[in-house]
Amino acid sequence: MKIVVVGNGMVGYKFCEKLLAKSSTKKIELVVFGEEIRPAYDRVHLSEFFAGKSAEDLSMAGVNWYTENGIKLHLSDPVQKIDRSNKTVTSFKGITESYDYLILATGSAAFVPSIPGVEKDGVFVYRTIEDLEMIRDYAPKAKKGAVIGGGLLGLEAAKAMIDLGINDTHVIEFASRLMPRQIDDAGSALLKSKLESLGLTILTNTNTTKIEGEKAISKMLFANGSSIDVDMLVISAGIKPRDELAKNCGLETGPRGGITVNEKLQTTDPFIFAIGECALYQGMIYGLVAPGYEMAEVVATYLCSGEKEFTGFDMSTKLKLIGIDVASFGDPFISAADARHIVYEDANKGIYKRINISKDGKELLGGILVGDAEQYNMLLQTCKNKIVLPPNPEDLILGSRGGESAGGAGVLSLPDDAHVCSCESVSKKNICDAVIDGAETVDKIKACTKAGTGCGGCVPMVKDLMVHTMKAQGKYVRNVICEHFDFSRQELYNLTKINQLKTYDDVLTTHGKGDGCEVCKPLVSSILASLWNELILKKGNDTAQDSNDRFLANLQKGGTYSIVPRIPGGEITPDKLIVIGEVAKQYNLYTKITGGQRIDLFGAHVGDLPAIWKLLIDAGFESGHAYGKALRTVKSCVGSTWCRYGLHDSVSYAIRIEERYRGLRAPHKIKSAVSGCIRECAEAQSKDFGIIATEKGWNLYVCGNGGSKPQHALLLATDLDSETCIKYIDRFLMFYIKTAEPLNRTATWLNKMEGGIDYLKNVVINDSLGMAEEWEKEMQSLVDNYKCEWREVVENPDFQKRFGHFINAPEEKDPTVKFETMRDQKRAAEWK
Amino acid sequence: MEVKEKVIWFYACKAEDVPANGGVCVKYGDQQIALFNFTRRGEWYATQNMCPHRQQMAISRGMIGSEGDEPKVACPFHKKTFSLKSGSCTSGEEYSLKTYPVKIENGKVYIKVN
Ligand code: SRM
Ligand SMILES: Cc1cc2nc3c(=O)[nH]c(=O)nc-3n(C[C@H](O)[C@H](O)[C@H](O)COP(=O)(O)OP(=O)(O)OC[C@H]3O[C@@H](n4cnc5c(N)ncnc54)[C@H](O)[C@@H]3O)c2cc1C
Ligand code: SF4
Ligand code: FES
Repeated sequence: MKIVVVGNGMVGYKFCEKLLAKSSTKKIELVVFGEEIRPAYDRVHLSEFFAGKSAEDLSMAGVNWYTENGIKLHLSDPVQKIDRSNKTVTSFKGITESYDYLILATGSAAFVPSIPGVEKDGVFVYRTIEDLEMIRDYAPKAKKGAVIGGGLLGLEAAKAMIDLGINDTHVIEFASRLMPRQIDDAGSALLKSKLESLGLTILTNTNTTKIEGEKAISKMLFANGSSIDVDMLVISAGIKPRDELAKNCGLETGPRGGITVNEKLQTTDPFIFAIGECALYQGMIYGLVAPGYEMAEVVATYLCSGEKEFTGFDMSTKLKLIGIDVASFGDPFISAADARHIVYEDANKGIYKRINISKDGKELLGGILVGDAEQYNMLLQTCKNKIVLPPNPEDLILGSRGGESAGGAGVLSLPDDAHVCSCESVSKKNICDAVIDGAETVDKIKACTKAGTGCGGCVPMVKDLMVHTMKAQGKYVRNVICEHFDFSRQELYNLTKINQLKTYDDVLTTHGKGDGCEVCKPLVSSILASLWNELILKKGNDTAQDSNDRFLANLQKGGTYSIVPRIPGGEITPDKLIVIGEVAKQYNLYTKITGGQRIDLFGAHVGDLPAIWKLLIDAGFESGHAYGKALRTVKSCVGSTWCRYGLHDSVSYAIRIEERYRGLRAPHKIKSAVSGCIRECAEAQSKDFGIIATEKGWNLYVCGNGGSKPQHALLLATDLDSETCIKYIDRFLMFYIKTAEPLNRTATWLNKMEGGIDYLKNVVINDSLGMAEEWEKEMQSLVDNYKCEWREVVENPDFQKRFGHFINAPEEKDPTVKFETMRDQKRAAEWK
Repeated sequence: MEVKEKVIWFYACKAEDVPANGGVCVKYGDQQIALFNFTRRGEWYATQNMCPHRQQMAISRGMIGSEGDEPKVACPFHKKTFSLKSGSCTSGEEYSLKTYPVKIENGKVYIKVN
């Protein structure tokens, strides 16, 4: 059997993949024509191109994949003619292929309304990698941008404009609200104000009548008589199915485009199928990828003589637009006459949620979430599977207030055939079966079921299902460290302490098996450092350290290291600044002010590290532990010594705190800050512990985090005097060091703590565990034991020997290290 | 005609120069070889020093350990792991490391190259 596929987009590719999987025993000859220059790529994540993803990163499968699977792939070669009576297609380059079955997966093109002037330079659409390349190249010339279309794609394009530095961007929408097909007026109003706060200007009820400009666009005119100046325009006003081939060979198409298909996805010629965004099923084009994949599944099954029908597809969606969650599911718009609405709105936090419930209160019919879509998966499943609602359905959107998280129990209540991953249509049963068959990590489940490999939105649910299934099998799900230690970090910490073990090898021999690995070695090293605070390079412990700890510096691209001297509280004298400058000059190091109020010197050869540090230590610097899972910086604002609002001397207090906890090693890095008043210039509320001056003393906040999942710190205690504040920090840090899982920051640790901040308060302030005294003593001994590890290296020739590139040529540097020049300094050469 | 393979055992360094359960980088002409003293197993290994992932001269600075019974090393850059015996990538990539035989005589380490 010979099958020809026209179009190598997301759905065309998925069809090939599915056909291969199903046809293992059958002999199928597969030929694919693609109009674009590259094989299918992930259009859904197209915008990530601007965030640095390359065309290769977005690719669904490389050309090799097609070759290896015996698929003949013609790229840059659109099919131009279908000859139905002879069953052949002919391409632009003149290739003619015969077929037994023909699959049209031609997708759609951006719909461009016929506004006079659309042909001018600076007007773009947003559909292919080439479109984005052109936009990227044009953007530096533009200051004022506009997007026509306030739907999903239009808002993505608007975000891209902002990312490209065009801060003055208008979004022009014909309808009376944004995303008219997904959300209601109230949700849309909230989204609008959030977008406006990001600097976008939103014009609704606005119809563009003319685009003006000489060669390039410079102005847009609107039907209401107004106009705006623009240098660049992206049109994102909807899609137009690519049905021209079908039309020309006499297949039936819809009045507004699309190739008419039946529930088998057959066109009016039974040997020709249409799938994806070009297919028109019951008057509807499905402009999302999941239904396209389902269509591919139906046709692939049918051609391998299976039975499957397409019966429409749920258009529920969850998106992150410009960092704002927007979701709608089921019937979002059903009127108050047919359903009860529960609405929750917090304009302050920018959250709007609406659920529609059947009149008898038993069923969830649909809903809208803006600003916070945490509960989307659960709600969608509840709605699709007609799960009977709890007596207080408002819990669904307000979350369970207090007590065990509702998420876990929720997963269990789903029926077996509930679609957990809609991109790849994987059911709850598929996932649980995989776990029973031994896939006991999320990665393994992804590999064998494909769940979570599309948009990734279902991964948390997959993980919940995994844990529940394992528990149901009577398996004790424990966070063991790795194959060498059958313990959690906390257990191993206690065992190491009780048995007074001091080296990695002793810990492994006493409590582990095998020869260790890159997971348990740094973990045990960190436990040893937290317990005994001895020089980490001692006693053969050096090789059990992460590379950064082993060389007491951060490994950089190209193999050189960076150097970060401690600058407590960010305060530094002019003399010390001069020394840093001189050292950097002498060793030709790149210098940069870090985000942590200190100075980083990059590009040092490993062999130069001891000499560089000697100069720094002689000038009074010490290690900044930028390489360790240890205390990093305690940032400060200028405080009461200079600032007219300052309540206390935040700099002195920050220096005191930084000097107290410097060198302290923990499950992850620890950061802190002290602000002199509630204006909070030191950003203390984003730190593992942060201190803010009040009229009466200090407020202590804990468990904040920056990074990819920022979280604000929570107030632990108020109006503390300086001594009590330190006492509480001692207790808090020791509790964290003893009980956190490896590589969990304090925020993550708190998130997993049963009882949350109230429990933590009780432990730290009321000493509910009765450990306070012991912890304070332990902390004091760690503080007393502190030594600068770089000073020890500089003073000990034996340690220095370890800092060389070649063991048999100690004077030589790595000759492969390459630098380039940029803005009068060096930088690491780019890697491939 | 018989071609005999040219085998060289070259002297790398003293055994005591290599830290216990750790690696060093050995210079052999223009080549860089990572040498490991796997004290825990009483074994020695040598591989190319360049990590094939991003062409970084870094394998000698990686942590060694085992997966099941297979001795392995993790590149410090992105923690790709490689078997010290066969050089194959144990974290599933196509590429692998070249490996070299090692012998110790009178406290001296020799690496076999050709
Ligand atoms: C140098 C610096 C960037 C800069 O030039 O400003 C930096 C550089 C790195 N950061 Fe950072 N971070 C730097 C400030 C920050 C900050 C800002 C701050 O501390 O106020 C944050 C957000 C605050 C926070 O941590 O909560 C930050 C959040 C991260 C994270 C995310 C942590 C998280 O919990 O999600 C990582 C990844 C990690 O640690 O696992 C990271 C990891 C890294 C690493 C270590 C990545 C790596 O493994 O190579 C970078 C090392 C570069 C190097 O070789 O020196 N860096 N990093 C900053 C050093 C500050 C200092 O003086 O020590
Ligand atoms: C910026 C952006 C963001 C999106 N975000 C989401 C999202 O968050 N969620 C979601 O579900 N969907 C999203 N979509 C929609 C999703 O990308 C599409 O639904 C999906 O790509 C449709 O797949 P397809 O294969 O039908 O069409 P396409 O991916 O368009 O592929 C069709 C291919 O056929 C080629 N072709 C056309 N005619 C011929 C011919 N005659 N001969 C040979 N080749 C031909 C075209 O060049 C194209 O490469 C987004 C789309 C865009 C542009
Ligand atoms: S954000 Fe931090 S980790 Fe990421 S590139 Fe910048 S310095 Fe490196
Ligand atoms: S360079 Fe070795 S893992 Fe990336």
